[in-house]
Parts: sequence; C-alpha cells; structure tokens
Amino acid sequence: MTAMSDTPRPDPLTPVLTRRWQSPRSWSIGTYEQLEGYQALRTALAAHPDQLIQLVKDSGLRGRGGAGFPTGMKWSFIPQGPTGPGAKPKYLVINADEGEPGTCKDIPTMMADPHALVEGCIITSYAIRANFCAIYIRGEALHCIRRVRNAVDEAYAKGYLGRDILGSGFDLDIVVHAGAGAYICGEETALLDSLEGRRGQPRLKPPFPATSGLYASPTVVNNVETIASVPAIVQGGSDWFRSMGSEKSPGPKIYSVSGHVERPGQYEAPLGITLRTLLELAGGMKDGIPLKFWTPGGSSTPLFTAEHLDVPLDFEGAAAAGSMLGTTAVQVFNETVSVPWAVMKWTEFYKHESCGKCTPCREGTYWLVQILERMVHGEGTEADIETLLDVCDNILGRSFCALGDGATSPITSAIKYFRQEFLDLIAQQPAVARPAQLDDLVGAQA
Amino acid sequence: MTLTQDSGAEARPVPAGHVRLTIDGLEVDAPKGELLIRTCERLGIIVPRFCDHPLLDPAGACRQCLVEVEMGGRPMPKPQASCTMTVADGMVVKTQHTSPVADKAQQGVMELLLINHPLDCPICDKGGECPLQNQAMAHGRTDSRFVETKRTFPKPLPISSQVLLDRERCVLCQRCTRFSEQIGGDPFIDLLERGAEQQIGVAQDKPFQSYFSGNTIQICPVGALTSAAYRFRSRPFDLVSTPGVCEHCSSGCSQRNDTRRGTVMRRLAGNEPAVNEEWNCDKGRFAFRYLTSRQRIIRPMVRGADGVLAEASWTEALRVAAEGLLAARAAGGVAVLPGGRLTVEDAYAYAKFARVAAQTNDVDFRARPHSAEELDFLAAHVVGRGPEVLDYTRLEAAPAVLCVAFEPEEESPIVFLRLRKAARKHGQKVFHLGQWTTPAMRRTAPERGAAESAAHDNLIRAVPGSEAAVLADLPDDVVAALTGGGVILVGERAAEVPGLYSAVSALAERTGAVVGWVPRRAGDRGALDAGAVPNLLPGGRPVTDPAARAEIEQAWGLAEGAIPARPGRSADEILAAAAMGELAGLVVGGVDPYDLADPQAALAGLREVGFLVSLELHTSAVTELADVVLPVAPDAQRAGSYLNWEGRRREFGPALDASGVLPDCRVLDTLAVEMDSDLFTQTPAAAAGEFARLGGYGGAAPPGPGVAAGEARRPAFAQAVLATWRQLVDESTLAVDEPALAGTARPAFVRMNAATAERLGVTEGRPAAVRTDRGAITLPVALADLPDGVVWLPANSAGSRVRATLGAGHGDVVGVTAADVPAGEALVGISAGSTS
Repeated sequence: MTAMSDTPRPDPLTPVLTRRWQSPRSWSIGTYEQLEGYQALRTALAAHPDQLIQLVKDSGLRGRGGAGFPTGMKWSFIPQGPTGPGAKPKYLVINADEGEPGTCKDIPTMMADPHALVEGCIITSYAIRANFCAIYIRGEALHCIRRVRNAVDEAYAKGYLGRDILGSGFDLDIVVHAGAGAYICGEETALLDSLEGRRGQPRLKPPFPATSGLYASPTVVNNVETIASVPAIVQGGSDWFRSMGSEKSPGPKIYSVSGHVERPGQYEAPLGITLRTLLELAGGMKDGIPLKFWTPGGSSTPLFTAEHLDVPLDFEGAAAAGSMLGTTAVQVFNETVSVPWAVMKWTEFYKHESCGKCTPCREGTYWLVQILERMVHGEGTEADIETLLDVCDNILGRSFCALGDGATSPITSAIKYFRQEFLDLIAQQPAVARPAQLDDLVGAQA
Repeated sequence: MTLTQDSGAEARPVPAGHVRLTIDGLEVDAPKGELLIRTCERLGIIVPRFCDHPLLDPAGACRQCLVEVEMGGRPMPKPQASCTMTVADGMVVKTQHTSPVADKAQQGVMELLLINHPLDCPICDKGGECPLQNQAMAHGRTDSRFVETKRTFPKPLPISSQVLLDRERCVLCQRCTRFSEQIGGDPFIDLLERGAEQQIGVAQDKPFQSYFSGNTIQICPVGALTSAAYRFRSRPFDLVSTPGVCEHCSSGCSQRNDTRRGTVMRRLAGNEPAVNEEWNCDKGRFAFRYLTSRQRIIRPMVRGADGVLAEASWTEALRVAAEGLLAARAAGGVAVLPGGRLTVEDAYAYAKFARVAAQTNDVDFRARPHSAEELDFLAAHVVGRGPEVLDYTRLEAAPAVLCVAFEPEEESPIVFLRLRKAARKHGQKVFHLGQWTTPAMRRTAPERGAAESAAHDNLIRAVPGSEAAVLADLPDDVVAALTGGGVILVGERAAEVPGLYSAVSALAERTGAVVGWVPRRAGDRGALDAGAVPNLLPGGRPVTDPAARAEIEQAWGLAEGAIPARPGRSADEILAAAAMGELAGLVVGGVDPYDLADPQAALAGLREVGFLVSLELHTSAVTELADVVLPVAPDAQRAGSYLNWEGRRREFGPALDASGVLPDCRVLDTLAVEMDSDLFTQTPAAAAGEFARLGGYGGAAPPGPGVAAGEARRPAFAQAVLATWRQLVDESTLAVDEPALAGTARPAFVRMNAATAERLGVTEGRPAAVRTDRGAITLPVALADLPDGVVWLPANSAGSRVRATLGAGHGDVVGVTAADVPAGEALVGISAGSTS
C-alpha cells in the first residue's frame, strides 16, 4: 500500500530467494553469514514482535504453499497475552512436505540455502512468540533432511538457536521431523496430526490451527518458501518487497519449470511473470516442438494451453484465467503428449494418495482412474466423458479437504480444452459387439 | 387471546442461548452449538447420514449429509456437511427437499459409496434394517454408472472371537473406531492403509478384546460388522422385537430381545438416555444362551426313596415340598435363601414367604461374602432410596467420584461408561481405591494432550484389608475433590473388608459426598428393598420396629405378633445352623454355594439340612442336594422388574411365550397355599401392586455402621495377601454356552509387582501357584503396580475359581511359589481364611 509507483522495477533476474544458491558450499553457515546471513535476525530481535507482524502484513507476503493466504494476517491470528488462549504455548510448524506433482521449489531451497529457512523460522517464532518450531520434511527427501538438520545444528552451535538467542532473552528449539511420504500430510491439519504421531488425516475445522493446532495449542503453519522470504523482508523492508510483483501479489517467487523445455529448473522472478518470459529464460521449447498444454502451479491447478502464454502468473492473474497459481510448478508438455494419458497418470497419483477419510475423494478417484485407464486403452465410450465430468462434479466441493478438489482439476480442464482428443480416442476403437446370448437372458437390458 | 398469540409470534424474541435460522423455509430456534443435522431432525427433516451419531464426536467423513447453507445473505460456495456445522443466527439452510445442489450432492455421494459395496443385501445380516440400503433407496440413483472392477477383500475377517469384519461392505464411516476410542476408550480397532484400500483392522496379535465391542455391530450403518453368534441366523423382518431389561448386572440397561419362533436370536442395546444411553456391554448383549442350555430344568423333580431325583407333576412336587417344609418348620425352623438374581416381585414373594409361610426372619438374598456391617450400612444409606438421590445424570455431573471396592468396568460396565464420559467431557476426577491400575482406571483419567500423556495416577493403593484405614486417611486433594458434590460408589465387595462400609459412611458424612451402592448382581438392590434380608421388612422397615411390624402384619392379614421381633440370621449363619442341625428346612433360590465366602461350609449346610427345596433354572450344586426341585421361568418368559443400582424400577414384559413355565413368585404363592398360607403373589403384577401399596418406611434411617477399621494381614515367607475380584466375562452361570463371548474374556494372570515377584521367586510370564491348604491355582505371572506383598487373581475366571479352589478371598493370606517348585517343600500349611 505504500509502494511507490516511481520506484524502478528491478530486473526480473535479480534473485532474492536464490541469490546464494550458486555460491560455493552455499548450505554452510559460513557462506550464509558471509552473504549477510543472520543479519536480519539481529534486526528482528531488536524489534518488538508486533512490529514484525506489522512489517510482514505491510509487505503483502502471501503464503507460497499454494493457497496464497496473507502471511502477516495468519500470524496476527495467534492469540497473545498472559491469560486465556494466549497463555498456551505457541508453535511454528514449517510445511516442508512438498509432494504436489511438478512442485520442486522447497527441496532445492532447503538443499542450497537451508539457513534462510532456519533464520526465517527464528524470526517468525520470535514474532508469534513461539519457543518451539518443527520443520516437517517429506521422508523421501533424505538428503534434504540431513541438510536442514545440519543447518539447525550449526545454528545451535553459533547461538542462533537454544536459550537466550544472541542475548535477547528469546529461546527457541527447532526439531526437524521426517514425514513418511504421504501427500495428505501436506494438508496442514493432517500434517499436525502426523506430527503428533497420529494417522495423517485432515482435521475438522474449526477449530483452526491458529487457536488449536499442534497439541491443541495456537500454531502457525507456513510453507518453506514463505518463511525463507521473511529474512529478506526484514532486511529490505516492506516497500522494497512490494517493489516486486503486483499490488496484490507482491514479492519474488521461485517458478519450477519442468517438462519439455530446453533448460528445466528453478527460475526466480517477481510474481506476475508470464510463461512466455519463463520459456525465454528456459531456452524455449525443447527441440522446438510446439507447446500443447501446461500447468501453472502443479497438477492440482487446472491446466492451461498455448493461448495462456501471456497470463500473468500471480494469484489474481492465474485465477482470472480459470486456474490457480498453486505452487508455481510450471509443467510444460509439448505436442507429443496425449492429454488423456497425462490426465490418467495424474489421476493415478490422486487415487494412490487419497487418504481415505471422505467418500468423494476415496471412491471418486478410484472410479476416475478406472474410467481413464479404460479410455486410454481404447475401451471408452462417449458417455464416459459425461461420467467423468459428473463424478468430478460430485467430488469438487464435496470432499473433506482441498485434495479431493485438486484431483478433479486436471480432468475437468483437460476435457474443457481437449474434449476432441478424448473423443478421438474413442473413435479409433471398433465398437464392442454386444454378445448375442445376452438377448436371451431375461431382464438383461443394456 | 388469539390476538396476543399472533402479535407475540411476529415479535417473538429469540430465547436466551438460542439462535434463529431457516431450514427449508421453516423458521426455527435452536440452542447455540447445536449441529444442523439435529435441528433438521427436530423439524422432521431427515438428512441422510452414515458417520454421524449423536453420541459420538462429529467426523464429517462420509459427506452424505451435505446441505446448502447461506450465511448473512451470502451462499457458501460449497455444500456443507450438516453433521459438523453448528447453527448460527440468520443462517438459511436448504436440504435435499429444497435445494437441487444438495440433492445432487447427496445422490452423488451415495453413488460413490455404492461403487465398492458388494450389494449383497440378500445374504447380509443387515439387509432389511440397513441404513445404507434404506438411504440408498430414498436418496440414491436408481441405477449405478459404475461398470468397472470393484475392490475386493478376503472376508470375513475375525477381529475377535465375537466380531467378524466384512471389509467390502464397510463404508468407512468410522463409527466403530470412534466408538472404541471415545466411548469405550479401548481402541483395539483403527483405520489401516489409505485411499480405496483404507480398511478397519486390528493390530497383529491384539484382537478386539473390548467389553463393549458388540455396540460397534449395532451402530455399524452397513453389514460390515457381524457377530459370530448371530451371523446368518436370521433376517430382521422375521424377528419379533420386545423391549427388555438386562438381567446380568445392576446397571439396569434397556435392551431389545429379538425372537423368532420361540427362540431369542439376538439382543440389542435399548435406547434409554437416562440409563444406558444407547450402549450395553457384550455380556448383556451376547450372554443369553443359558435359555437354551441343556442344564435347563423344565419339570419339577422330587427325590424319591431311592435317593434319586425324578421328574414329577407340579401337584406332587408342591405337595411333597409343602409337607416337608411344614414338618421342618415344626421341627427346627425353615430359612430362605433367595439369591441375588431375582426380580423385585420375586424377591418380595420370598420375603413374604419367609415371614408368612416359614414364619421367620431368616431370609437373606446375599449369595456372596457378606457381613453384619453391610446390613447396617444398607439400612442407613441405601434402602428405599431412588434415583432422585443419585442417578446416572447426577453421577455424570459430579466433579469427583471415588470408587471403593468397586471395579466399574468389570462389575457395572455402564457405570464405567458414564464415568469415562464424564472424565472425558468435563474432566471429572475419578479416584479408585484399589490395588493396581486396571484398564478402567487408565480410561477414567482425564484426557490430556499428547504432549503430556504421562499416566494420570487416579489409583489410591491399599493392601487388601487396610482399605478402611486408607479411606479414613485419604490424601487432602481427594477429600477436597469429594467435598462439594462428590460421589462415592461402593461395591458389594466392601463386605469382605471389616470396617470398610463404616469408613465409607464416615467419609460421606465428612465430605457431604453422596453414596451410591453398586452391587454386582441385578437382583441385589431389589431384594434389599423387598425385604429379603434378616433385618428389614419390605420397604426398608426395620424388623425391630414394632410399628413397622404391625403395619406389615396388618397389610398381610397376619395375626398381631406373627412376625418375629428379632432380626433373622444372615446367609452364612443360616447355613452354619443347618450344618449344625439347628435348622430343619431351607428354601433356596438362585444361589451358587461357590459364590459364598466359604463354599465348603455352605455345601455342608445344604447337605445337612433336613429338607431342601430348590427353585432353579438350571441343575446346580443346590439341585443336586435338593429334596424337591421346582423349575422357574427365565426373564425371557415372564414379566417383572429390577431395581438397578440407582433404585430405578426397570420393568419388562415377556419376550417369549410363557406357557408352561412359572415365575418364582407364582411358584412360592402356590407352595404357600399348599402350606395353608396366602401370599397373593400369583402374578408379578399382583406382587408388584401389593409391594407398591405397602410404600416405604416412614421412620428415620438408622445411623451408619461403626465398625473399626481392620488391618491388613501380614504375609510371611513365600506368602502374599490376596486381592481378588470378578471379571465381567468369566465363568459365570448365565454366560454358559457362549464360546464366542468367552473368547473375548481377559486372560487370567496372577498379578504382583516386580519386587514381590522377586521375593516370591517367580518370573513374569512363567507359571506361579497360589495355594491354601484347600488347593492351588496356577497361572502365568503378570507384573502390575500392586502394593508390596500383594497378589491379585481374577475371582471366577477359567483356571482361577478362587473361592471354590482356595476357600480364601480378598484380604486372606495365600502361599505363592513358582509352579515348578513342589508344593510340600515350599509351603507350610496355610489354613483357608475367612473374611468376616
């Protein structure tokens, strides 16, 4: 809101989150400290926690885990005060259970620059007055878990963690927790249950984690990239942060470009960059084969086609074009890829990862997979397309958590843009003859 | 008047604590916090549901109950689960009746629920009473579009000897797992795997050994959980259902008897919010095969000159019995032992029979260890009291409860469920005066966050025998908790510890806590009020009060002074007198001599008494010795009522055809007529009517007992003090012929702490022998947190029939050795103790 319109917009390639990634041994505390690491922490500890919450509110930082909830507002929901709900211990939990197909921004962040996350955790914990922070990392990312654990150990050794951090009187312990590889545990309440040692399934809301999260205490659950952005905001200020990106989606973002491009990888850019620019940065389509479809933010976001090359990839832009920014996992597919096949593979993932708690997601994905597999194997019918859409309609908005909704996105968007490809799949196949003896069976109709 | 009503309706204020909302165009006021689905129910709008259950916490898992909701004029973007959303002011709700979106959402969820369901309704136990079947008919599509492959599982999966799981039928509503976790508190079952492979399951080697497992079968909204006893036996539409009352313990559960062609096929928990809510225990649900046991006695039997019992006509049997009793009455007197399993009407008939026909106060229902102190306690604190003093609701609301000589889960499971509910819902402090931390104690501790899951110590330990002294010197926090609305629940086992009833009486006076007496058997409380005790006439009238005697004599049409002025003898004294030849005749109801403190002495009495009449359901140790055996009707074939521990009258009618069998009160009435006395108890209704007309005692209750606290015995080398009580599922007579239920009994162990095990030279998991000079019980050792020098045995479990084998009981000293040590070397004789 205080962003000045006359501030020169920085070059899209001025890295903030990734600026240390190329440095030698970028993950070590020595490198981090050389490159201004843990300076923001000193600034933060000199401030009042409420000032930090206000700073992050002013910066307009929005959650980078997919939903884009304003981070400062989330922090301000934590009840404070010596009595009532504010008297309970407060917790910070980092959602590092990165599992969305195509999404690969948090793991590189933790591999290349774990101390940015650790410093962000300390500042955030100080702001919300938490003395315990848990980083919940996907179990398969073993190397990453080692990196972050090592970074936490280094931070303890240097006095950035533990008792009386830098003489401020503030105490913080960080625990790095290895998940067991369930997509559902990326859902924040399932993550909390899993962290508590229970079966990872989403909790009924309300109560929300802000009042009753980990161990029924006030809890902030934030994504890795969100928290890794915090030290930069403390150092640079909210105006600087707002100089990047758009009014409602300020700041830098890591776009994970994968698929049929010449140079797949992590591209940090201010929010609102387009695929056209990203493709230029990534060296264009691989071997020059034209673009067919792409996801703006992982498989749970409705897919886009070549006509969406100039959609600004921020929260508003993606939504206005009928999709979601999600986790900015830009998966790019060229013309050699069959849309029904790709959708089938995604749906197989959702079926495999459905937690089973609610009927629509559990049974719906089980059904959708079978229809899609049948269609891809050339045994579909025209009615199957309507059935797919109707089953999706019965899942979308009916499931317990957003993961069921996400499972329908690839299917409905694929049929929206590529219905003919599904129809062609059916047309290629000879009609299955109806066995003659069926007519003799009493009551056997259709 | 019409005008005021109209204008009042327009400006009708929302009652305090309520909100006003609109459902399907109907304006309704609902209490704050009410779930939408409940408000709909009150309006008569039934929203289909599976996971929702009013006594379980909301889950929102099945998504069947979706409705459209508008808040503050803004429609919510998604349909909402009405089982998890609470009402709010100004909310506008559209159910399937007025919202096409809600209707389609419900049909969609129903179709999804059915894609993996086997649709085997024609062979399913639940078919005909199945919420899935019914709601699929009402809210589902007429056909399915699912033409793919269904998920299959091997089935059925026995998750205990009693409960079988069909995972294909399961719709994963989690009612069973939530029941086990929330209500029973023993979550042996849980969800396994995920997605479409998600299933209910048990851990390896940990079957579903819950005393409440049968409830999961009843609340399962599909046929996924079935019982071994009922599976494939019957169709719901062939059953005739009769409401009933459970005969097993003093909880007083409502139940439903489902019968077909003269046989009880199954029993279900009845819905009785004030008593058992919607639950019962597995014993109440499954233990009814005694009705068809081969030991059932159908015809009267008379012992002939050859000493053999032979079937006889009712006329002959009653004549022989009456002649024998009349002769005995003249020779040395007749006493009456009714037993603790009688209805109020039968107990009243026994009480009246004793005074009118046998002309004695020698009548005692207590077929278990008992004491004179107990009678004083019952007269002072229990008799004549109804639920207005202490009932389940007040028990649940109490801030603190102390259980004395009472193991709630084993001895009155529904009381246990209430205590657990209170501890879980509002942090009721439940203290247990006992010996070791039983499963029930852990589950009546307040629930805590996982971060502070350290075991809550709500056990007040006492060496058996020292309970009264411990009670007199309770920790301050316990006394403070009891002061101000606390409740003390005392069990019948208090009679085994001298001074304990007196200590309870004193503690109640000291703290103002309300006392509840929870006997183990269903009939004890009613028999007390009906006057089947030596010191009290019906209605709690003291025998020693001339006015009370006169009142009864007048009501019964007896001559003045016909009722003896002195209290009669207790059951133990009666049997001792019989053994000494000081008693000539005995009328015995449902008494098992092995339940008494000294079974050998009891058997001696029964053997030596001149003339023995037995009224029984089954052949027993008493019928073996009886001169005349008169069969009586089981509850299923009669009407009657019990007084449960609250003092609440629990009436029931016959579930089966009752022709050819007679209730005790009718048999006694006819027997009395043969003896030239009239009881006027031809029918239970007649007996109940007369008992009700008598009313209660108008005089002041006597003071509580004042017996000094006893001391614990001191065990010598290779000895220990015995602690013992019964398990719910054990070798009890009424649980015969039910092997599936027996399979869920808790395994029997001899329990002691590690130091005691070391001192006694026994090893965990290895057999140890507990001995007296009468016999030995050999069981594997399990370690538990008992006091030093104390061992615990289940009182009547397979391989551990303590009174019968050892002749000893709670508080007695027993010898304990490793079982492979020869008996003679390790142990010098210990004589069987007596507890009173």
